[in-house]
Amino acid sequence: MARTAKRPAKRHALSTRLWHWINAISLIILFMSGLNISNGHRRLYWGDWGFAPEQAWLEVPRFPGWATIPDYYSLSAARDWHVLFALVFGFSLLAFMIAALLNRHMQRDIFARAREWKPSNIWRDIVEHLKFNFEHGEGKYNILQKIAYSSVILVLLPLMIFTGIVMSPGGEAALPFLTDLFGGRQSARSLHFIAAWGLFAFFVLHIALVLVSGPIRQLRDMITGGKLEGDNHAAS
Amino acid sequence: MQRRNFIVASGAAFLAGCNKISDSGWFEKLVDGAEGWHRGLHRALGAGRITMAPEFDRADVSPFFRGNGNQDIETDEYRAAQADGFANWRLEVTGLVDNPLSLSMDDIRALPQRTQITRHDCVEGWSAIGEWTGPQLSHLLEAAGVQAEAKFVVFHCADFFMRGRGENRQRVDYYESCDLDDAMHPQTIVAHQLNGEPLPIRNGAPLRMRLERQLGYKHAKYLTGIELVASLDDIAGGKGGYWEDVAGYQWYAGI
Repeated sequence: MARTAKRPAKRHALSTRLWHWINAISLIILFMSGLNISNGHRRLYWGDWGFAPEQAWLEVPRFPGWATIPDYYSLSAARDWHVLFALVFGFSLLAFMIAALLNRHMQRDIFARAREWKPSNIWRDIVEHLKFNFEHGEGKYNILQKIAYSSVILVLLPLMIFTGIVMSPGGEAALPFLTDLFGGRQSARSLHFIAAWGLFAFFVLHIALVLVSGPIRQLRDMITGGKLEGDNHAAS
Repeated sequence: MQRRNFIVASGAAFLAGCNKISDSGWFEKLVDGAEGWHRGLHRALGAGRITMAPEFDRADVSPFFRGNGNQDIETDEYRAAQADGFANWRLEVTGLVDNPLSLSMDDIRALPQRTQITRHDCVEGWSAIGEWTGPQLSHLLEAAGVQAEAKFVVFHCADFFMRGRGENRQRVDYYESCDLDDAMHPQTIVAHQLNGEPLPIRNGAPLRMRLERQLGYKHAKYLTGIELVASLDDIAGGKGGYWEDVAGYQWYAGI
């Protein structure tokens, strides 16, 4: 099990660092080109179909040029960026998942143990975070970090890929059960939009926590790999 | 304040960089490559079977089927055709075929018909469900006898856009194209009915293509001709479709 597995010498494995930065660039480009695509039809629906205001559950605001790629409205150019980086994003995530399972990063650092799910532990972790103390918890990451990272890596990112496949008619024809799973193409489009903003919220929180927990060291370690300090409490 | 300026400046530099990359030739090649990759993935995920677009029940049909792009043709010719109920409309099958065809509406209605209730997905993001009826394109192509060199099917249309300003203003005809894989697909039909009625004007009367594994702009309306070609380079702007030529939309619109 995890305790007997050989620990890597570095705080972040090379595969984790490579994926982290490829993923960061891909997500920024996908998000900003996605906002441009959203401007193409600024309404969201549930179910299979929808095109008119009376069917919509949300009128989406127009996203300004500074928030989109390219910085003027062009559905075709935005789709070029989106389609290209969807491949970079999808395949790099797949490669990272395989690597993280093989080097046991996933099992050791991302999956929470049963005892970490105790409400008392979660509560203690919330209190520690509110005190701006981030050097606590069992193993590399504390329970709130494990929840955040696993929801992003195992839920939100795969959700972006699968709802994206539903929206592409060729992909949907190959994997038609996905459409039913998400309750129709327009539902998948709505979920794609919601999950994108979920990732944006994670991005903001992630940057904020890096800034308050030693940004230079955090950045350096995610580039060079850093050193593992101590045995168990290695988060510092 | 300085930090804020730095962030704004880096953001602006990032966007300017993206715009520059967008305009470069190598990026276009990369994007064309990605389009091919998606197409290959869509076929590979099918694992050998013919992948089919989902089909729906009558109860799922949208109460109104939205029209988009050209929703009418403002020419005397089209008005006259409309006035006589498109009785004299003809569909020409030409190019790299053994027997060029010129089909009347009656000829088209006399062929074996396929009725399919499918979802139409516009590149903009909206969808509508409708029931389409017409002969499979594969029947027409088999009757015409496709020659071995033929690689693409071009759909010629009666509708057009006026583009350019002043003296440069000119008529640019709508057209679309697909490969033989999509042309021979069982759900690729030449539709003459929507929801059991002759096609409404806004949806492409009297004939339109249905290419169910691709986005809406591929489903050419007001269809007048089907041409088999070995290459798309010499057709109009050379990119295989009106929107592909004038605005850089993807030729493979299965994404």
